[in-house]
Amino acid sequence: MSRVPLPYTQKVLDLFRNPKNLGKMEDATVVAISGNPACGDMITFYLKINDQEIIEKASFESYGCAANIATASIVTEMLKGLRLESAWKDITWKKVTEEVGGLPSVKFHCGILAVGAVKRAIRKYYEQKGVASSWIPQELTFEEKQALEEEELAKTLAKRLHVAEEK
Amino acid sequence: MVENVKELLKAHEGITHEVYLDNENSTMVPKEVVDAMLPYYSQRAYGNPTLTHKPGWEAFETIMESAQKISKFLGAKILEEITFTPGETEANNLALMGAAFANKHKDKKIVISEIEPINVLHVTELLQKFGFATTKIPVDREGFLNLEKLKEAVDKETVLASIATVNNEIGTIQPLKDALDIVKDKNPDALFHTDASDAYGRIPLNVQDLKVDLATVGSYKILGPRGIGALYVKEGVNVDKILEGQIGTQKLWPGVENTPLIVGFTKASELAFHSFEANVNRMHTLRDKLADGIFGGLSDLKLNGPKGDKRAPDNANISFLRCEGEALTIELSLKGVYVSSGSACSRRLLQPSHVLVAIGRRFSEAHGSILMKTTRYHTEEDITYVLDVIPSAVGRIRGIVGSTGVD
Repeated sequence: MSRVPLPYTQKVLDLFRNPKNLGKMEDATVVAISGNPACGDMITFYLKINDQEIIEKASFESYGCAANIATASIVTEMLKGLRLESAWKDITWKKVTEEVGGLPSVKFHCGILAVGAVKRAIRKYYEQKGVASSWIPQELTFEEKQALEEEELAKTLAKRLHVAEEK
Repeated sequence: MVENVKELLKAHEGITHEVYLDNENSTMVPKEVVDAMLPYYSQRAYGNPTLTHKPGWEAFETIMESAQKISKFLGAKILEEITFTPGETEANNLALMGAAFANKHKDKKIVISEIEPINVLHVTELLQKFGFATTKIPVDREGFLNLEKLKEAVDKETVLASIATVNNEIGTIQPLKDALDIVKDKNPDALFHTDASDAYGRIPLNVQDLKVDLATVGSYKILGPRGIGALYVKEGVNVDKILEGQIGTQKLWPGVENTPLIVGFTKASELAFHSFEANVNRMHTLRDKLADGIFGGLSDLKLNGPKGDKRAPDNANISFLRCEGEALTIELSLKGVYVSSGSACSRRLLQPSHVLVAIGRRFSEAHGSILMKTTRYHTEEDITYVLDVIPSAVGRIRGIVGSTGVD
């Protein structure tokens, strides 16, 4: 366990204290998750998408630190009213980090994880509909790869350290 | 970044009650201790203890008398067995590296437990580069050393074994005498070191009765100033110094002795040992009230470490399931309750506390762990306040987690 100073910004603290769009959405069109409890870092996004492919509503649940909660919350704000194509193209982890006023570098992965979950949600939406989208690449994006890597890492580490279910 | 911190601090304005329970990681220093130190900065004994003038001789007298007192509290034979170091980290570095290098002609194997503090674990990693192999002995689900495995591990090649008397995170009091007997029985030449920082001032401790060769104690763990600790080295035990410089009153640690800090450490020790039993009972009673109160008010919790008299009297380490630890520390801080977590949310490689992993806690359980230590300065009202605040804080964080994070 290593420690670093974590001087969160006012915006991160505000979103941590009063998260916007928190909670499960019963009528969500698509639900996507990134991370897992072993990571200590996990986000679920719920998106309500209309026939014009516009995100009408977005909400989240988060198992993670203050940065994880804040980035997940800000992403739901950023998503609202966006067309899926611009959600895919315009919401990058760097932009998310900027929106919360910056993050300590060890917390960049929180923004990456959040954007990874958004991209997963959009892919899933088209899969559910059974249609292909011209602007979604076959290959996983940087954020999706990073999310996958973090999930795998936690699993491998847990296995290597014999933290199995039976213990 | 400093501007951010100012904003974070401003968010704490209006707090009505503050309770500091993060005594594992740093502590407040009581006024009596600070008052005892102050004259030694500018009124007396500010000289170098090896030089031939009054302030120097005053410093010499002060340091020797302090070493005498610390040696008594530890149960050492003579004051020369005490070496003051700038802290527990340095004392553990000196113990392991100093003993390994001084005896490397004999053997090259070091035996430690899986739950030794970081400043022991990392030193053994460094020593591997110098050809010293390390064997880590596993512990059970409460953190007790597996004595059978210890017996298997110690052999003729073993130069040193290092086992903490009390685990700093989960409060497990090790069967140290049994461990030492096993080590000495398998190899009488092997040295035995114990980091006794979390035992000092909390459980009866006597290095001569225990027959340990080396023992570490630290000042801030007993509410003394940071930046000072001591290593006990039994008379006749061979240890090399690990830093070069001007040697003063102590053979094993160079540089000018820090007299005010030594005075503060000694004063803190005197306060801890003055009414030892009453002090211990007080932290014990408050810890029980704290732990029982938390378990009484919330579900989905796990106590980390043993129950009963094999647990340090001040330690409460509890995993709040479905609740991420770092988020909880911030939520509690905003209400004036200061604790730390074994969560690993501050790094990409998300490895939580090695101690919690070693006792078989799942990662998700370790991420929700909170460590608290009571002191004799806490009051019943403090604990009542903490018990008031924790359920709503945990409730809010669990509310953010919702259905996510349930594995």
